[in-house]
Amino acid sequence: MSEPWEDDELDGPVRKFMYVNRRAPYGTIYALESLEVVLIAAAFEQDVTLVFMDDGVYQIKKDQNTDAIGVKNFSPTYRALEGYDVEKLYVEKESLESRGLTTDDLVVPVQVVNNDQLAELMEEQEVILSF
Amino acid sequence: MKLSILVNEGPYQHQSADTAIQFTKAALEKGHEIFRVFFYHDGVNNGTRFAVPPQDDRNITEQWTEMAKEHNLDLVICIAAAQRRGILDENEAKRQGKDGDNIAEGFRISGLGQLIEAGIQSDRLVIFGD
Repeated sequence: MSEPWEDDELDGPVRKFMYVNRRAPYGTIYALESLEVVLIAAAFEQDVTLVFMDDGVYQIKKDQNTDAIGVKNFSPTYRALEGYDVEKLYVEKESLESRGLTTDDLVVPVQVVNNDQLAELMEEQEVILSF
Repeated sequence: MKLSILVNEGPYQHQSADTAIQFTKAALEKGHEIFRVFFYHDGVNNGTRFAVPPQDDRNITEQWTEMAKEHNLDLVICIAAAQRRGILDENEAKRQGKDGDNIAEGFRISGLGQLIEAGIQSDRLVIFGD
């Protein structure tokens, strides 16, 4: 019996990549450098899914103003993702609600999924990068 | 199994680099293939030859270099992350007008595409970080 990793399907040119953004946009560089990976990766024409959960939902919050902390506000870049054919954006329902946010507060259109649905989505992926 | 490794944290401050080294070593001993080790975020600091840890401590960069030599590993440092953090090879130093380079033997600097390629080409991408 072949091992799961010997499955030929995994060797196809297009793989399912998921980027999971879990951290606040500022305070650490993870969010910014995650976005840089997603933008570069877009050139490889893989099947890309983006997830925002935990404090990561703040990355796509509207009306960010970073003047007082002297750091570049990179939130407008998320609106450019559509132009890179990165269109599968998911937000975890629980993360959004516990922070008092709704999809109206976000700079990009997203699909809201609950924790169980997100687990199912993750199950379908071949490469998951969490930042 | 063909594996790639992603190291997202710098040496010493986090255990990620040590764990990545131990995992890589164990995987090689078990006969797995390591397609590539990619260094991102502060992980790029694994590749400076200028670090001088105390003599009674491990030298993480040297451990990578030795493992790369022995097993012909492809150790790739992300160029964008490296530029922010001052990790330079000879070409980059020249290109950026800096007065020296600090990349350790066995490492090379390249783009994020190398990480994506590793994700595509490997059976598993194993990530070490917070």
